[in-house]
Amino acid sequence: MTASQTTKYKAEPADQILVTPLDSLTLVYQRRSGITHIVAEPAPEILEAMGADALSVEEVAQRLAAQFDFDGTQATDIIYARLNELADLGLVERTHA
Amino acid sequence: MHEFRVQVGPAAFRIGSQWKRPLDQLAELYRDYPVPTVPDYSVRLESVSLLRRFIRPSVAIHGDYMLPDAAPLPLAQGLLAAEMAMNLQMALGWRRHLLLHASAVEKDGRALIMTGQSGSGKSTLAAMLGHRGWRFMGDEFVLIDLDKGDAVPFPRLISLKNEAIGAMMATALDGRFGPLMEATPKGDIRHLVPPADAIAAMAQPARPALLLFPSFGFEATVREVAPSEVFMRLTQASTNYVALGEKGFSTLTRFVQTVPARAIDYRDGIEAEALVNQLWAECA
Amino acid sequence: MSYDGMLLVDALRDPAGTARLDPAGWTALLTIARVEQLLGTLARRLTGLSVPDAVADILAEARVNAEYQRRSALWEADCARRALADYSGKVVLMKGTAYVAAGLKAGEGRHIGDLDIMVAQADLPQVEAALLKAGWEWVKEDAYDDAYYRDHMHELPPLIHKERDRMIDVHHTILPLTARPRPDAAAMLAEATALTNGLYVLNPADMLIHSAAHLFADGELDGGLRNLWDLHCLMTEYGDDAFWPALAKRAAHHQLLAPVERAVRLTHQLYGTEVPQGWRRWHRQDKHYVRRLTARDHWGRGTHKFTRLLFYVRSHWLRMPPMMLARHLWTKWRKSA
Repeated sequence: MTASQTTKYKAEPADQILVTPLDSLTLVYQRRSGITHIVAEPAPEILEAMGADALSVEEVAQRLAAQFDFDGTQATDIIYARLNELADLGLVERTHA
Repeated sequence: MHEFRVQVGPAAFRIGSQWKRPLDQLAELYRDYPVPTVPDYSVRLESVSLLRRFIRPSVAIHGDYMLPDAAPLPLAQGLLAAEMAMNLQMALGWRRHLLLHASAVEKDGRALIMTGQSGSGKSTLAAMLGHRGWRFMGDEFVLIDLDKGDAVPFPRLISLKNEAIGAMMATALDGRFGPLMEATPKGDIRHLVPPADAIAAMAQPARPALLLFPSFGFEATVREVAPSEVFMRLTQASTNYVALGEKGFSTLTRFVQTVPARAIDYRDGIEAEALVNQLWAECA
Repeated sequence: MSYDGMLLVDALRDPAGTARLDPAGWTALLTIARVEQLLGTLARRLTGLSVPDAVADILAEARVNAEYQRRSALWEADCARRALADYSGKVVLMKGTAYVAAGLKAGEGRHIGDLDIMVAQADLPQVEAALLKAGWEWVKEDAYDDAYYRDHMHELPPLIHKERDRMIDVHHTILPLTARPRPDAAAMLAEATALTNGLYVLNPADMLIHSAAHLFADGELDGGLRNLWDLHCLMTEYGDDAFWPALAKRAAHHQLLAPVERAVRLTHQLYGTEVPQGWRRWHRQDKHYVRRLTARDHWGRGTHKFTRLLFYVRSHWLRMPPMMLARHLWTKWRKSA
């Protein structure tokens, strides 16, 4: 098993972030840190799709695939990379199931 | 220690000095400004050492907020030292508004705000417009109200550098100028007292109506600036955005969503004034 | 009217007494509080009291600032927690961050700078590696300073996070290795108190002992009024009947009974903290400490230069045996030549 299969991810709770889309970029203000992140898609979409659940990369991909009508299995690598970027920023937390 | 107090916009300063002369100069230039009772910030002009108080006197800048590596200035530049120290208190201490490193002028209750790197000409443009039909609001900091989003003036002395000194002496014919300080770390510096209407209205905010990013030295052009770029550039132009937390975020997002922004290039004051008037008519 | 640091001490001790201040008194108080890094604390103490408008604005600004520092400190602690998620040992928060993370009175309005954590000495390489991996970097790449830290200090050379621009000090004990007292760091770690997020803080007695040790053994008494205010809050919050004998025993175990006793006496003397009778015996040198701690004029400048100098030399001697100090300075001089 690779790390991507055992690791679950949990997004910062929705009431803890302020999301303001501006143009092609979206502002995400995190209340706990006081830090403003300027992110491009699909980062805001990932955060929204995750809701309050601890999810694996595959589960996040499935949710996004259902919502935006694409093949979730092909996008796993991209979503894995974005999730880890969000985790490094502290907007998503890695939890070990 | 000699002492001088002055209120500039919403901020009140106490300046202490071991020498009387810089404070006399301040008192003369700031003579039409209010005198506060309890200052927000204290700054001190002190000698580097006891000996240097008298021999080649050198002014060390101290205060509530200090930079550890701020180099001392010669006593002849004591006025500049005091102005730099007051700016530093604002940059590092002020938390009552979103502070933007910008200049601003007002017309009909609405503000034109200009920001950019030093050398962009934003200070000179504000000074010039302030003598040509606009109300001068400030050439260094613009304060954005955290509840209403209004621009609050901070009309300290106008700090003119190098070529701008001659240009403003030609524009502000009855202006009151401070002493010419040559060969400072920033080149030649001369202070100009803002016009009487700017001082009289220094408690009157204005609604931000247009944001410009001027750049000096290129053929006249105008470019729209996307809100996300404006947001990024303004966070870089603000020393207290992060400290203000959520209020800073909501104030700045509202600003970038409601105030049109343009980048302009210009080669001289006449060209800049024409561009400003054109954009003001179109956008504001 | 001439003012000194007692103006601030009195205002913290009896906030309602500030009603007697005139504008000059307020100006001196606010200036001294700012330079002692106690303006946020003072603002908290004065909440709800009627003050002049200009003062209210300054206090409101101080509250915004304190909230910012609190938020950043807790976030840095959380970043360290995430960076060290795979480390199985205890990560103990120290000083200001510990006070706010544990919800203590000492954290209310407090100025907080760098993040200080303590881990087991044997685990330093592992902790260091995990922090470097998570984006912290050495502040300076300098072989001499590095060796100096590793051989003689109680912490790693400071690390700074490359994106957030915030410093972390990783300690393995509470005093430099050159200091005479040898506190039992292992016992401090073993008996640390767990927070809900998986991080730890020192237990109450050790927290107080660390603060006292920091005041006398690890500096020049600069920031001493704030340090004593921390102690006042800790004693007020933890100081029940069972606490004091346990504190004495624990301080003796860490070879730090004398500084703890002095800190308790000074705190009682300055802030009127409730302490048992037996802890109040005044030592003849205590008055020099009070004089040094309150040596400020109404511009916030340090006064009593000679007293300051004595404390400076003294604090270096406490930390380092004399020959080591001479060598240390010599290396510095040569490098700057």
